[in-house]
Amino acid sequence: MGRYVVRRLLQMIPVFIGATLLIFLMVNVMGDPIAGLCGDRECDPATAAQLRHEFGLDQPVWQQYATYMGNVFTGDFGTAFNGQPVTELMGTAFPVTIRLTIVAILFEIVVGIILGVVTGLRRGRPVDTGVLLLTLVVISVPTFVTGLLLQLLLGVKWGWIDPAVSSEAAFGELIVPGLVLASVSLAYVTRLTRTSIAENRRSDYVRTAIAKGLPRHRVITRHLLRNSLIPVVTFIGTDIGALMGGAIVTERIFNIHGVGYQLYQGILRQNTQTVVGFVTVLVLVFLVANLVVDLLYAVLDPRIRYA
Amino acid sequence: MPDQEPYEPERAIAGTGMGGTMDLGASEAITLEQPPGPDGADPRDKPRSLWSDAWHDLRRNPVFIISALVILFLIVISLWPSLIASGSPLKCDLAKAQEGSQAGHPFGFNGQGCDVYTRTVYGARTSVAVGILATLGVAVLGSVLGGLAGFFGGGGDAILSRITDVFFAIPVVLGGLVLLSVITSNTIWPVIGFIVLLGWPQISRIARGSVITAKQNDYVQAARALGASNSRLLLRHIAPNAVAPVIVVATIALGTYISLEATLSFLGVGLKPPSVSWGIDISSAAPYVRNAPHALLWPSGALAITVLAFIMLGDAVRDALDPKLR
Repeated sequence: MGRYVVRRLLQMIPVFIGATLLIFLMVNVMGDPIAGLCGDRECDPATAAQLRHEFGLDQPVWQQYATYMGNVFTGDFGTAFNGQPVTELMGTAFPVTIRLTIVAILFEIVVGIILGVVTGLRRGRPVDTGVLLLTLVVISVPTFVTGLLLQLLLGVKWGWIDPAVSSEAAFGELIVPGLVLASVSLAYVTRLTRTSIAENRRSDYVRTAIAKGLPRHRVITRHLLRNSLIPVVTFIGTDIGALMGGAIVTERIFNIHGVGYQLYQGILRQNTQTVVGFVTVLVLVFLVANLVVDLLYAVLDPRIRYA
Repeated sequence: MPDQEPYEPERAIAGTGMGGTMDLGASEAITLEQPPGPDGADPRDKPRSLWSDAWHDLRRNPVFIISALVILFLIVISLWPSLIASGSPLKCDLAKAQEGSQAGHPFGFNGQGCDVYTRTVYGARTSVAVGILATLGVAVLGSVLGGLAGFFGGGGDAILSRITDVFFAIPVVLGGLVLLSVITSNTIWPVIGFIVLLGWPQISRIARGSVITAKQNDYVQAARALGASNSRLLLRHIAPNAVAPVIVVATIALGTYISLEATLSFLGVGLKPPSVSWGIDISSAAPYVRNAPHALLWPSGALAITVLAFIMLGDAVRDALDPKLR
């Protein structure tokens, strides 16, 4: 187990470097960040040169990357061009997005798995067909359309929620945005659980459990569910990173000032430090979540051993 | 979506790599004995190839027929939008802004006074073109790279696997925002290029897996023993047996690419006005949603139906190609 973790951690290093380098290069082609700094006017060449030197932009790209990563590992994510440390921006943005992601993951776990179990046990019945069609529709409607429609119906027409989320972004306000963020994954979780339950239902161990007279709910929760949830856990785990990175659209629609909002602003204003910093953290979250999921495998399925 | 490609197709179609030879219509194709179907198919049935079997199933599947008809309609109106919409999508009259449905303008007008019906019809072209071209690019690039890596293995394969890991770690919408925000060209090509750039690892992973499965088959070993060259092995023996999972994933991905283009245009980095795209129209209708919800609903509905049609087509194709489900 220990050796497996070490090997996985070592494998993460090239992926981390590759992904951050890719984003670093992409951001660098985004254009001259100094030009954005002087507003609409052309920058004074002397000032521009001085600023360039100050931010280290006069060095070759690989050197900029090395310096940046060196700083990141000492906890210094650089300074946004307005003088605010990027870590400060992260401190306000990440809690909001983490709350939003928690709400979304809860929807996936509770609603997705329940729907999946119900339909998997009643394969071919009207409930199954109905839910299956519904998941297809949810997968097909892009997130931003789902978001705008729910905002229009619940926020504007019926007035159940505030169309925009306040700056505190408490859990209560994030229920509808969380549902929107989760919607597509929710449909996948439902379908995945359904397939998995329907497959395992015919397996020998379930027949044995029924034959030895266990009550139905015990067969379902202790035998069937535990074995069927393995692919679902994998999906939800890898989805954490995708949800946090994909929150840009949801946060924009509901005016939530989280990671997606900061990234959007950073990209519009060509604020390279903000963009690279946030993406670095998102990539780390994604990699760690994947590692945790792989380790969880062993907990859920004792047949899997890591050498 | 976007990064919402995780349809778990690898799992769902894991069984597709197996199966006998398919004759692909060529008369000289070698026919090997078909392994018996998992469901113990009727022995009186003439053994059919995976493809004719799949086509046999598809023709009888109402989901396939409906989605294929919808897609056919979409392709026709993206080629000749003037067939059903007479006006120009760029002809707008501010005096009519936000007005509702009226004679000759069934969907009403948007915030700039453009006819919503005409714009919705013309918007199909962008979505269909981006979807089809991006899928072609992704499928070709992904299956060539993944197929070669799976066939030859070794160092190149290891490097390619790490590269795909890198691409998977980058959130798609985010990558699109960063990369497309610099591009000033207002055509569909940058969007297509971006989707190909970030989409190929998904296909390459599938293609690699299914080539590895296919190359272990006895008939490949036999052909190798007979002295077949690598290119002959790949093209004649492995590719026809490994392509099914790629087709399935690519068809489903097509729908998600359409949705991705609309999302990027909605965020203001995909296509920009005066281009006509459902994403742009939805984005520009959002601020007026209180007074003119129709300007939001029609393009949204068109977008949803289009994506739905492609995803349902992919679903039907997968069901037909996956022997495990039969």
